[in-house]
Amino acid sequence: MMQERDFIRKVTEEVPELYRCYQCLTCTLGCPVAFAMDLFPHEIVRHVQLGEKEKVLGSSTLWICASCETCATRCPNEIEIVKLMDVLRRMAVNERLVKKGEKGHVLNRIFLDGIRKRGRIHELSLIVDLKRKTGELLRPNKEEMKLGFEMFRHGKLKLLPSKIRETEAIQRLFSRLEKKT
Amino acid sequence: MRIGYYPGCSLESTAKEYDLSLRAVARKVGFELIELPDWNCCGASSAHPVNPVLSVALPARNLMIAEEMGLDIMVPCAACFLRLMEAMKLMNDDAPLKKMVNEALEKEYRGTVKVYHPLTVFSRHEVKDKIKKEIVNPLSGLRTVCYYGCYLVRPPDVTHFDDPENPTVMDELIRLTGAEVLDWSWKVDCCGGSHALLRPELVETLVGELCAGAKKAGAQGIVTACPLCQSNLETRQAGSEKLPVFYFTELLGLAMGMGREVEEWWKKHLIKPNLMVATH
Repeated sequence: MMQERDFIRKVTEEVPELYRCYQCLTCTLGCPVAFAMDLFPHEIVRHVQLGEKEKVLGSSTLWICASCETCATRCPNEIEIVKLMDVLRRMAVNERLVKKGEKGHVLNRIFLDGIRKRGRIHELSLIVDLKRKTGELLRPNKEEMKLGFEMFRHGKLKLLPSKIRETEAIQRLFSRLEKKT
Repeated sequence: MRIGYYPGCSLESTAKEYDLSLRAVARKVGFELIELPDWNCCGASSAHPVNPVLSVALPARNLMIAEEMGLDIMVPCAACFLRLMEAMKLMNDDAPLKKMVNEALEKEYRGTVKVYHPLTVFSRHEVKDKIKKEIVNPLSGLRTVCYYGCYLVRPPDVTHFDDPENPTVMDELIRLTGAEVLDWSWKVDCCGGSHALLRPELVETLVGELCAGAKKAGAQGIVTACPLCQSNLETRQAGSEKLPVFYFTELLGLAMGMGREVEEWWKKHLIKPNLMVATH
């Protein structure tokens, strides 16, 4: 019981309006990626209300949600569902409960490391780093390789990264704020 | 008129043609774009799931640069636009957060600049009048649909951009070129955004639905205002009859008779817009 209450408390501290949900399913019906989820958005909300932490944090839904904001825009109770997903994504990573095979959190980490290093995202480095981290560099997908080559051929991939002058300010910013979460 | 310009990371690379066409069209209608010196990545869709304070601080640094210059900011990427708008809203409304961000950046946010997407800037009456005067190569006979995607219109209390379910600003701008703009039901549907890197099959499904909708409406091409949408629509379309996908600035430039420049933008398209060039 304690663990369930603790989970509910932590989530509702950040998304207190969660209790307003009356399961109208507007979120799920408008969700463009619901077809790929193991729990629908309205089910996530209900399971959070019931304190079912492992079920929620181990769901693929957290990583399939595209943060498109269709649900939150249409919710009659103005529940910030994308903010809820963000809260749950952080908890899943911190508590090591991310569903096996999911890689969204890896991409986020690589993306932020890129900003910390250069102040900007270099798309080509991002893709290479991601493939390296997920092991796909050693067993590349042929179709994706072909697409990458086509993009390169059309001048859509900048080879060398650009770097801002104040990278030190960005690095200080990261170290100050990363301590706080 | 001088306005600050925040291109964002995609416009340096995958969306270079958006950057080039926007600069060319803006110049033609009397805007001097001043690129924010030393701008940084807004954190786009990876900072907010990891660290909410950082997701405000990264765009806030850019707002502060614009404040020092005393210029409002034009932001062509819809994802960057949302991040900058959200940072502005939170820095104005949430005093403890603002304090934390100011301290982390060792700067003071004053809240003196505004953030605009170029669609909004170009839709001002006086700018539309200038665009109309510059149209020398009307795109009559060209049938298009305008695709807005997610981040321009949602969340509406952050982006304050037209109608969240049925926006029309891009439709009206494209009509100025003489092209036909068709009604369709997928204007604000999602293309899958950053899932292109991890779940390409998911993006292919969404893009497939969008393109089927555009074809059903009778469109010969899709017009976009976001580098992520354009890239997903162009790279994840299946089948043999693919629709070309444009930035709205490219069609404005084409109608303004920027022939040689247009050829340079077209070169960067994976789906060649031959059809379009042939229509004039």
